[in-house]
Amino acid sequence: MAEFRMPSLGADMETGKLVNWLTKPGDRVKRGDVIATVETQKGLFEAETFEEGILGEPLVQAGQKVQVGTVLAMINPEGAGGTVEKVSDVSPAKPAVSAERVACSPSARRLAAELGVNLAAVRGTGPHGAIQRCDVDKTAQTRKMVEKPAPIAAPSAPVHAETAATDTLQEGMRQAIAAAMSRSNREIPHYYLEMEIDMSRPLRWLEVENLKRPIRERILPTVLLLKAMAKALRNVPELNGYWLDDRLQIKPELHIGFAVALRGGGLITPAIHNVDKLNLNELMKAMGDLIERTRAGRLRSSEMSDTTITMTNLGDLGVRTVYGVIYPPQVALVAFGRITERPWAEGGMLGVRRTVTATLAADHRATDGHRGSQFLEALNRHLQLPEEL
Amino acid sequence: MTENELKEIIFRELKKIAPECDPDEVDLNENIREELDIDSYSFLQLLIELSEKTGVDIVEADYEKVYTLDGMIRYLGAHLL
Repeated sequence: MAEFRMPSLGADMETGKLVNWLTKPGDRVKRGDVIATVETQKGLFEAETFEEGILGEPLVQAGQKVQVGTVLAMINPEGAGGTVEKVSDVSPAKPAVSAERVACSPSARRLAAELGVNLAAVRGTGPHGAIQRCDVDKTAQTRKMVEKPAPIAAPSAPVHAETAATDTLQEGMRQAIAAAMSRSNREIPHYYLEMEIDMSRPLRWLEVENLKRPIRERILPTVLLLKAMAKALRNVPELNGYWLDDRLQIKPELHIGFAVALRGGGLITPAIHNVDKLNLNELMKAMGDLIERTRAGRLRSSEMSDTTITMTNLGDLGVRTVYGVIYPPQVALVAFGRITERPWAEGGMLGVRRTVTATLAADHRATDGHRGSQFLEALNRHLQLPEEL
Repeated sequence: MTENELKEIIFRELKKIAPECDPDEVDLNENIREELDIDSYSFLQLLIELSEKTGVDIVEADYEKVYTLDGMIRYLGAHLL
């Protein structure tokens, strides 16, 4: 029997309000389903389950505020005796469940105590879901960085009523960015590599492709960059993962954090999941969906916690080169500037080409410049074959 | 569709992607992407809405003609005729 708990969505989050249940007791749920909406000081979140089974009766009612880690409902294995049994040892709105009930390695438990992490809020990845050191570390880091946008005010809402709340949100977000970036600069020995990439071929290909499509189905150049980046990471997987427990942990999944600037200021980098498995149409859709939900305050908890590498594209402004700061525990960040026409010498001739500067910021503990340049080479190679993206 | 009706549609759609802006205050000849800090994704959403509301197909090669409000009004106006 599994538990669906109030998730932890920020280092300073102690309590969360259950706004509403999106799934009824008796419904079958599976990993990744959104079960409820929760509200923190930073806005609304969609809370997902990581379990599969039949959702039990709510132990916390809509509108109740409870501590992080509180069991909101049980999730019973299918076929386990029809309707939901009442769980006696979990009373509604009970403060966070004690750490003793959680399967956890002793060293992870010590680390959790050191870092002040509530074990009830950690998702274990060890055998039978046991919590390991890396899970604790990841939760601690994620809690520092996970941030939420202000829900966008309805056009009719009075502007003044929003101001105070927005100020607090802005402040919270600034604090979180400050903590993550300070840690990054303190701990990560960054190295930077940049490459100017001729975009003529991919852009021409895209223009022809877009000409065939109604405006709603057109693809933005950023999507080509994202997909080429994913393919290049398959060639150089060492850039996709975490630096934890003094070693590089390469991740098989490619969840690219996509930097989205918020209109009120601040920045959120939610993940586009499995970029390598999406074709350009699907990727355009996924990116649009993520941008919309980021700005509307409807991100899912997992999108804020499982990013394996980050991409930032400041090409909408005039910036040509971006030297990124890596989000720990990730080990690389890929940045693109604006696509512009520049003089380009090739084959003894000087011409004008549309180009973009791609910059890799990477953790020197995890990789060396040689591997980094192989990544940029691969990125260029994939971009020059847009029809294969 | 009159120029005023067109302007009204543009302002209404602009408000959706840049809720804090006052379209009346925006210089008609300024590049709105820079002026209102609209990224390429939001700009495409604006063009999609305008295209669907007016029935005018804005081809990709013409995007730069509609970077200003004045350009938008003229482009859509010309293609509506």
